[in-house]
Amino acid sequence: MSAPLLDLDNITVQFGGLKAVADVSFSIGERELVGLIGPNGAGKTTIFNAITGVYRPTAGHVSFLGKKVGHHPPYIITARGIARTFQNIRLFASMTVFDNVRCACNMHLKHGISHALWRGTKVAAEEQRIERDVMELLEIFGLHEQRDENAKALPYGDQRRLEIVRALATKPKLLLLDEPAAGMNPTEKVELMKLIRFVQEKFALAVLLVEHDMKVVMGICERIVVLDYGLKIAEGTPGEIRANPKVIAAYLGKETAA
Amino acid sequence: MFERTKLILVACIAAFAALSPLIGGMNPYYFNILISVGISLILAVGLNLVNGYTGQFSLGHAGFMAVGAYLAAAMSLGILFPYLDPPQWAPTAEELAADPQATVAKWTYPFKALWLLFGWLINALFWCHNHIIPLGAALPGWGKFLFALFYGGAIAALAGLTVGVPSLRLKGDYLAIVTLGFNEIIRVVLQSADPVGASRGLPGIPLATNFFWTFTFAALAIYVVWNIVHSTYGRGFLAVRDDEIAAEAMGINTTKYKVLAFVIAAFFAGIAGGLYAHFFQYINPEGFNFMKSVDIVVMVILGGMGSMWGVCAAAVLLTILPEVLRKVAKIEALPEWAREIAENRMIIYSLILIILMLARPQGLFAGWVKKKTRPA
Ligand SMILES: Nc1ncnc2c1ncn2[C@@H]1O[C@H](COP(=O)(O)OP(=O)(O)O)[C@@H](O)[C@H]1O
Ligand SMILES: [Mg+2]
Repeated sequence: MSAPLLDLDNITVQFGGLKAVADVSFSIGERELVGLIGPNGAGKTTIFNAITGVYRPTAGHVSFLGKKVGHHPPYIITARGIARTFQNIRLFASMTVFDNVRCACNMHLKHGISHALWRGTKVAAEEQRIERDVMELLEIFGLHEQRDENAKALPYGDQRRLEIVRALATKPKLLLLDEPAAGMNPTEKVELMKLIRFVQEKFALAVLLVEHDMKVVMGICERIVVLDYGLKIAEGTPGEIRANPKVIAAYLGKETAA
Repeated sequence: MFERTKLILVACIAAFAALSPLIGGMNPYYFNILISVGISLILAVGLNLVNGYTGQFSLGHAGFMAVGAYLAAAMSLGILFPYLDPPQWAPTAEELAADPQATVAKWTYPFKALWLLFGWLINALFWCHNHIIPLGAALPGWGKFLFALFYGGAIAALAGLTVGVPSLRLKGDYLAIVTLGFNEIIRVVLQSADPVGASRGLPGIPLATNFFWTFTFAALAIYVVWNIVHSTYGRGFLAVRDDEIAAEAMGINTTKYKVLAFVIAAFFAGIAGGLYAHFFQYINPEGFNFMKSVDIVVMVILGGMGSMWGVCAAAVLLTILPEVLRKVAKIEALPEWAREIAENRMIIYSLILIILMLARPQGLFAGWVKKKTRPA
């Protein structure tokens, strides 16, 4: 196997006495779609936060494209090519759908503040290019007609999709999706998963997906990592995971298990 | 579309140039108010970038105005700054002759440390100032005035950078306190700065500000801030205000944006200070106290933070209001208490703010002009 895109090496994240993530290692290859599952409080979101620089791992380190990223602030990690969505939706509340996505194009701008002040000719050309890119992404997710609506006025499901669009606008190599289908009904979920597969192939992305619905995860992911109480209890193909006794035990009595 | 905003700017400036001789001849009392309105516009539009669009809370805007006013005035008056003397490092020859065991008193050590930290820096800044002054003096006519204005603006921006970098890691109330402290430090330093008149103030500044320059700079401030916040680049400021964590996750360097907002606002405050100094021809440290900062903050809050036209409307209104109140206070027919309230605008401000918070927290004027969010 060639060097993985993302590599977690014995990551531990501790909050006071609580080890939210304990010695977790796994890696993601290019263009791979990996599922991250586990009961509530298992540490999935914490792993996302450790990868994106929101938290610094207490021990261990994260490598991306063969380089350690641990000590960088989030915006630099994003610039390297890791984008994410948030479990508790974090759209820019005062902005329109279009502007939410536009913000994510910010770091790819070739002009600086001096051009923006004056609205130089460079700006005009770039703004047009950005508008085209943003609209293209919005169209993929069927949000182009709501471009001028306030982001927070969208239905819940659309807000989640907008978060994905916004993350894609940063042009990532790795996309981290934290429960993107939460609150959706089964048909919407299936639609969304198809879309995720579609953009994954179109933009040649690696995706790490957190999702509670086992049927959905099993259907879409090539590989699955299972967390429980901060520990990685299993990793493998959907078939292996389904048969793993530890996983069955962790999910026992939890109706999300299929 | 890109050309349209630029066209409006040029048209405005041309109109100001055409109107300037006409307006220059108007009643001096109203002319004073008009120029004050222009200066308030620059101050409020600049602060709106920090407090409104970027969601920080700066409470020291008058401090930056003071920096601009004093340096522009120093430029026009050709005031050089005397270098600070280093502290006494060792006993002098006479002291040693009188007492061979003489030492320099222990209490000077802290001053030595301060000197080592800042003394050379201050003197280096003074050196720069003393060498820039002749450059400005050599320019003819308006060139000299503009040079003075931009000099004041640039140093104010530098002050903004110096205050901004360490303090913008603070949030909300803490940032308000630090910026307020900066405002007070500037005032106190000016009060004891002899080359610029200390607490007596600095008189005799040449008259150079007129209708044209004031409103041209007001239009420029509006144009620049408008362009910034409507560009993709500048949407970053609003992203910082809306959600810092999400902004960082979208690749936006939030600290850089906060500092940038601070620096741009400070620059315009410096320009406003220079215009002020060259209009009223006299400045003193008390003119740039905490109350002045509050005035500007109230304009931004009243106008609806992050609403360009709301803030402009509030700036106009709140600059005229004290004059109206002054008139009201002179009306004999009113009861004593009403006249006293009218004399103290701070009471009125606090009342307005309390009512506003309860009734219209988004600001008086926000939403009057339909928001247009498509990029031009
Ligand atoms: N900032 C924090 N401070 C303290 N505890 C936290 C923090 N973030 C998460 N936790 C705790 O870490 C554990 C894992 O949380 P999380 O990663 O959100 O779980 P999941 O996303 O798998 O549901 C939980 O027990 C949670 O309470
Ligand atoms: Mg979670």
